Amino acid sequence: MESENTMESIKGLSREEYLLKGHIACAGCGPAIALRLLFKALGNKVILVVPACCSSVIPGPYPHTSFAVPVQNVIFEATGATASGVVAALRRRGVDDVTVVGWAGDGGTFDIGIQALSGAAERETNFIYICYDNEAYGNTGVQRSGATPYGAWTTTTPTGKRERKKDMAFIMAAHRIPYIATACPSYPMDFVSKLRKAKRMEGMSFIHLLAPCPTGWRYDISKTVEIGRLAVQTGVWALFEIELGKFKLNPPSNQLLEKAKRKPVKEYLALQGRFRNLTNDDIEQKQIWVDKDWERYYDLASNKSL
Amino acid sequence: MAQTVIDTANHIAAYAAKAARVQVVAAYPITPQTSIVEKIADLVESGEFDAEYIRVESEHSAIAACIGAAAAGVRTFTATAAHGLVLMHEPLHWASGSRLPIVMPVVNRSLGPGWNIWADYTDSMSQRDTGWIQFYCADNQEVFDTIIQAYKLCEDGRVLLPTMICLEAFILSHTYMPVKIPDQEKIDRYLPRYDPKWSLDVTNPLSHANIVSPDWYMEFRFMMHEAMENAKQLIPKIDKDYGNRFGFEYGGLVQKYNCKDADIILLTMGTMGSEAKIAVDNLRREGFNVGSARIRVFRPFPKEEIRKLAENTQMFAIVDRGISFGMEGFLAEETKASLCNQKDQPLIAGFIAGLGGRDVSFRTIEEIVRKSAKWMQNGRIEKETTWVDLRE
Repeated sequence: MESENTMESIKGLSREEYLLKGHIACAGCGPAIALRLLFKALGNKVILVVPACCSSVIPGPYPHTSFAVPVQNVIFEATGATASGVVAALRRRGVDDVTVVGWAGDGGTFDIGIQALSGAAERETNFIYICYDNEAYGNTGVQRSGATPYGAWTTTTPTGKRERKKDMAFIMAAHRIPYIATACPSYPMDFVSKLRKAKRMEGMSFIHLLAPCPTGWRYDISKTVEIGRLAVQTGVWALFEIELGKFKLNPPSNQLLEKAKRKPVKEYLALQGRFRNLTNDDIEQKQIWVDKDWERYYDLASNKSL
Repeated sequence: MAQTVIDTANHIAAYAAKAARVQVVAAYPITPQTSIVEKIADLVESGEFDAEYIRVESEHSAIAACIGAAAAGVRTFTATAAHGLVLMHEPLHWASGSRLPIVMPVVNRSLGPGWNIWADYTDSMSQRDTGWIQFYCADNQEVFDTIIQAYKLCEDGRVLLPTMICLEAFILSHTYMPVKIPDQEKIDRYLPRYDPKWSLDVTNPLSHANIVSPDWYMEFRFMMHEAMENAKQLIPKIDKDYGNRFGFEYGGLVQKYNCKDADIILLTMGTMGSEAKIAVDNLRREGFNVGSARIRVFRPFPKEEIRKLAENTQMFAIVDRGISFGMEGFLAEETKASLCNQKDQPLIAGFIAGLGGRDVSFRTIEEIVRKSAKWMQNGRIEKETTWVDLRE
């Protein structure tokens, strides 16, 4: 497969920076790392559509911006629709060398923006939609979203959320768009190669990026990359692609099908203050759910198609 | 040769979008706007109308897609009504604040509950503070002409605000009338391709609509207000120029009829203005000294023209097809506000009529004038706001 063959080292990435100095993301911000990688992967022939989310604040206030590509900021729930308009206008103008990227948080994707996203997918809109998922409404100070996992503290679930997270990648798979992938900034080259594949893809691509957030997840700002790695190593987050309906686990997740190879989920949970109130039963339950997910991944990986 | 077609205002609106060479249409169906989106589909799929057509999944996404397309540098069009319009409320603000010249017919329909699909101005009136220019049309020809004029106006660098073209449900939307459609060449000469000063362009990366602190926000809002004032100056000029080129003129901001010597002036909007003209003719034969002023543009509000009219008349009788609950009719409110601090104000009587599609004919308006004339003779308004034809 292409993604392995062209896998390059991080040193080979462009030295150009399109996320400029002076941005105002929190120290240790996972989405900021991902944004920098996004621009390095796609270059500057990119138009970003950004709804209300942390990334509408990260570039800083007028008259400054730290995004060196054109950006259309839009209302919270409209990313899919506004991106559809940009794509249509570019086609009308005969511009065919520019990639339109919707860059939205989990609230703007799972919750308030799911209608516009679903509409754009159903219309087979040719763009890349990236959900950078920090599992809460981060920009408003950490409230629960449809992406917040079971048991997590947020300011609106002070004793821990009692419901599970939506499985967004599979919601998008049900739209039969050509390319769906999960990613995590702790695995930069996996993310980069998926972005490049998405760029080449005709039609819509959806990348679900788990983006650790020290502010909301309550861990030390030095541990963002480590937390992301643990999410993958414990199997809480699986790196996979669904390309033209075919499911495939990517490294290192493809080495983790056997339960014994996965670290216990509690290692991931223990580092984060947001899971401080979990009981042993809660932790056990979460482990069971993760194991069940992997049974499904096993089936999907064996049958290859959904 | 200009072509005369006999068609509904909705189909005429679709023809106007085509004549304006709109590049991206994004729309969602709603009664009674539906035949606009259907006609556009026919025109686009038959190849007559060369545009991208995004069949979105809601009105909210219709306007949000237009925002993206307009920001990416093309001429855009959508259309809606009633619940669709109020669903757009948030992106309406976003469109005007982004200074994007989107043109949108609004087929004025009542808001539920209970469900009612007939004419009422409450939908667009409740959007009056969104920073959109608002035209109100009296016939199908005016719908065509105003859509073309609207692009001329709102793409002007002094304006750059989105524009609603309001037309009443069924009374216009589904009623066949003859309309003259000018030669495409003449329209093209009048309305060149949209050439924005800035757009989403990778060779000149700009960040649109990003965070603005208190240090700058007011200046941006003031510029929008200035743009509205500029529109107020430009609309009469555009209307006159359009009239010279194409033969139809609508009085700019206010279409006046027999106002010069009138003791009572009817202030109306939309098709009630057409009925008012018939009523004026009939009543003048009966000896009533009455005139009609149809407010064609509600935002920017023509307060200077209202003041001029007020100087030479005894009374305004204002008919509103909408009500601001707990206050009065929208046009009555704005008229009174325009006259504040002016000397020698006329008597003003407000009338609420035609809500939810109840018929407002010239006879209704004649009754309004007769009642007003009595009050004028007594020098006193008996009722500030009268609900016309109401079961009490």
